[in-house]
Amino acid sequence: MMFVPGNNPGMMADAHIYGPDSIMLDLEDSVTMAEKDAARLLVHNALKSIDYGDTEMVVRINPLNTPYGKKDVEAVVKAGVDVIRMPKTETADEVRELEAEIIKVETELGCVGRTLIMAAIESALGVVNAFEIASASKRMMGIALGAEDYSANLKTQRTPGGAELLLARETIVVAARAAGIACFDTVYSNLDDMETFRKEVELIKTLGFDGKSIINPRQIEVVNEVFAPSQKDIDKALRIIAAIKEAQAKGSGVIAVNGKMVDRPVVIRAERTVALAIASGILDKEEVL
Amino acid sequence: MRNTKVVTLEEAIRRSGLKDGMTVSFHHHFRGGDKVVNLVVGKLAEMGFKDLHLAASSLSDVHTPLIGHIRNGVITKISTSGLRGDLANEISHGLLKEPVVFRSHGGRGSAIASGELHIDVAFLGASSCDELGNASGCPRSENAKSICGSLGYALPDARYADHVVVITDDLVAYPNVPKSISACDVESVVVVDSVGDSSKISSGAIRDSKNPRDILLAKQAAKVIINSGYFKDGFSIQTGTGGASLAAVKYIRESMLEKGIKASFALGGITAHMVKLHQEGLIGRLIDVQSFDKVAAESIATDQLHQEVSAVEYASADHVGSAVHALDIVILSALEVDVDFNVNVLVGSDGIIRGAIGGHPDTAEDSALSIIVCPLLRGRIPCVVPKVTTLITPGKSVDVVVTEYGIAVNPGRPEIAQRLVEAGLKVVDINDLAAKARSIIGEPDTLPFGDRVVGIVMDRHGKVLDEIHNILD
Amino acid sequence: MEIKNAVAGTLESGDILVQIAPGEGLQVDLQSSVSAQFGRQIKAVITETLEGLGIADAYVKATDKGALDCTIRARVTAAAVRATGKDVWKD
Repeated sequence: MMFVPGNNPGMMADAHIYGPDSIMLDLEDSVTMAEKDAARLLVHNALKSIDYGDTEMVVRINPLNTPYGKKDVEAVVKAGVDVIRMPKTETADEVRELEAEIIKVETELGCVGRTLIMAAIESALGVVNAFEIASASKRMMGIALGAEDYSANLKTQRTPGGAELLLARETIVVAARAAGIACFDTVYSNLDDMETFRKEVELIKTLGFDGKSIINPRQIEVVNEVFAPSQKDIDKALRIIAAIKEAQAKGSGVIAVNGKMVDRPVVIRAERTVALAIASGILDKEEVL
Repeated sequence: MRNTKVVTLEEAIRRSGLKDGMTVSFHHHFRGGDKVVNLVVGKLAEMGFKDLHLAASSLSDVHTPLIGHIRNGVITKISTSGLRGDLANEISHGLLKEPVVFRSHGGRGSAIASGELHIDVAFLGASSCDELGNASGCPRSENAKSICGSLGYALPDARYADHVVVITDDLVAYPNVPKSISACDVESVVVVDSVGDSSKISSGAIRDSKNPRDILLAKQAAKVIINSGYFKDGFSIQTGTGGASLAAVKYIRESMLEKGIKASFALGGITAHMVKLHQEGLIGRLIDVQSFDKVAAESIATDQLHQEVSAVEYASADHVGSAVHALDIVILSALEVDVDFNVNVLVGSDGIIRGAIGGHPDTAEDSALSIIVCPLLRGRIPCVVPKVTTLITPGKSVDVVVTEYGIAVNPGRPEIAQRLVEAGLKVVDINDLAAKARSIIGEPDTLPFGDRVVGIVMDRHGKVLDEIHNILD
Repeated sequence: MEIKNAVAGTLESGDILVQIAPGEGLQVDLQSSVSAQFGRQIKAVITETLEGLGIADAYVKATDKGALDCTIRARVTAAAVRATGKDVWKD
C-alpha cells in the first residue's frame, strides 16, 4: 500500500505505474488545513478520471470529529473509492459512525455496500480495542498500524529494532485473523536506509502481516522480494492447486498429492502462496486461473 | 628559434584567408560552457565579415548571441547536430532565411570527409596546445582550466578543413603529447583567457537519479538487455546520458557481476558510470568520442585502454571501420516515438527545435539491438504518438521501446519479443501505448506550422530525410 | 453570484495555478507549457467547470504546468468555492 499526498497531482497521476497492490491517497496528515478543500476536490476528480487499472484505491480521510471528515466521505464515496481508511481509530463505535456516513452517501447514489473500510490503529486504546474494531462492521476489510502516533502515545519513540511496536503488531495480526480480515504494517520513513527497511519487512512478514505501507515507489521492490515465496514453495503450491482442481473435476472430496492426503491448512497455505506469487509479480494471474 | 604559429585571433583570421560567404566550423566539446563560438563570431562580426556559413558539431543555450549576428547578416547559414534555447526558438520562428541543415554526428563526419560539407576555416577550442598546434582536450599543466577529454567531434574538422586555428587557454611547451589534433593540420594557435566555463563543461561525481520513474524505466531497460539474447560475454554497449540510461548501467552491472559476463567495449559519450565498470574490469575498453563528465575526462587522460575516436571512426555510415558497426546494444532516449517506431529527438511537441540528433540514427541503425527509453508522458506531453513531429531515426532502425506502461517491440524483431515475453516482461503493442497516452491527456490540437522550411534533416547517408517548418504563434 | 479574489493550485509540474477575480462574462487568461496543443481544451475545461458551478462572470488567470483535465477541474472548482464561499459538498 503506497501513500501518496492528496494535494500532489503530479504524483497522483502516475502512482500506479510502479505496481503497488494498493494506493492510499491521503487527505489527512500530508495536507495542511488551508488545503483540505482543494485536496478533497483533487482526490475526488482523480478517482473519477484516472484509470488506476487493478490497483485497489484507498483514501485516508480526516477524522469525523474534524470539520473535514464528513465532506471527505461524501467526496470519495461519490468518486467510487474502493476503501476508506479511517485514521486514529480507537473504538468500534467510531467505525460504525463512519459506516453510517458512508451509507448516507451510498443511499443517495443507490450503491449501498460498495465502500469498504480500513481502520488505522494509532493509540494504546486502539490496540486494546483491536478485535472490537476489526469486527465492528462487515465492511471492515483490514486494520493497519500507524506507528508514529502510537509510539508517541506510549511515551516512547520508534527504534530500528521496533521493540516498542511488538505488542501492537502482534495484537493487530491476532485481531485481524480472529475477525477474518487483512492487516497492514506501518510506514518506514528513511528512504536512504534500505537495510533497516528490509529487516523491518522481514520481521512483519514473520509476524503474519499481509502487507506493508510504503511512502515511495523505491520501497516496493524490497517488499515484493521479502513477501515473494520461494520457487520451491510456488511449485509445491501449484501442484496442490492442480490436485484440488483434479479432485473437483472427479467430484471427489479427497485431495491427494503424490499419493498423500492434503489437509485443509495445507490447501489454505498453498492458495496464499500462489496469491503472494501473483502479487509479487512472479506468477501471471491468467496462467494460474 | 623556429617560426611560431601563436598569433592573435584577429591575425589568425586574417592569415586564414577567410572571405564573405565561406564556411567556418566549431566543435561542442565544451557543451554549455563553450566560449569559443561566441568569441570567434563576435570577432568576425567586428572585422566586418558577412554571409558566413557556421558549421558546428552542435549548438546549445549558451549560443544565444548568435541571434544578433544572424540579424546583422554575419551568419546566414547554419549546419549543426542540434539547437537549443533562445536561438532554437528564434530559428523555429523563421529567423534564418536559409534552412538549418541538421546532421547526425556520423553523418557530419561523413559529409566533411566526402567534401559535401566543405570547411574553409575551423576554429577548434582545446584544453591544451603547444606553439606548433599539437592540441588536446586533456590537461597538461598546472594552469589547465577548461578540460573536456576527448576531442572526437573536432577531429574531422582538423583533418579536412582548408585552414585550422586552434584556440586554447593553456599554451604548453612543445611537445604536447599524446595529442588529439596534430600540429601538421594546424595553421595558427590563438591563446585566450578562457575557452570554456569548466563548471558547465562537465559535472563532477556520479549522480544517481532518485526520480522513481527514471529508476523504473532503467530497471525495465536493464531487464530488456539481459533477456534480449545479446547479453553475453564480450558484448558491446552504448548508453545515452539521460537519468534512465545512466541508471540502467547500474542494474546491468549487477547482472554482469552475478552472471560473470564482461563487455568488450563501451562506445560513444563516455560517462563516470562506464569508467567505473571499466576500472572494475567489467568493460574491456572505452571508445570515447565525447567525455561526458570529469571522471571520463580524467580517465581518458591517463588510461591506455580508454581511447579517443573521431566522429568518423565513431559513427560514419560509409566507413567499414567505424565503431558503430561493431556495436551490439545501444540505449537511447526520445522526445517522441511513433507507432511505426520512428523517433524524433530534435523538435519538441510544440513544434520548436529543442534538441540534438547526436549519434541517435547512427547507433540505432548499425547496432544489433537498439532500445529507446522514454516515459509515455512528460506532464501532458505524449512521447508515444501516432506520427512523430520530425523524423530523425527511421523505425526500421529501432527495435524496442521501453515505457512505464509497457515494452513495445518492433514487429520486425519477433525473436526479441518472444525472448522478452518468456522472461515475463510486459510486452505491449505500440499502438496500445499511443492509445493509452491519448486516453490520459486527450487529443492534442495540430501544431500551427507555417509554409517556410527552417530546417532540413539529413540522414546519415547524405539524403534529405525530413523538413522542419516554421512555427506560427 | 458574488465573487472575491481567490487562488487554488500550485506551480508544481502536473498542476495548475488558478486565480479568480470579479469580472464581466467569463474571461480566461491562460499561460501554459502545452498551450500549442492543449490551450483550447484547457480553456474549455475551465469555462465548463465554472458554468457548471453557476458562475457566469469572472476573470480567471491560469498558469498551467501540464495538468490533466481532472486536475484542472479540481483546481478551478477549489478556486471557485473559495471565491464564492459556497462549497460543493454538504454541511
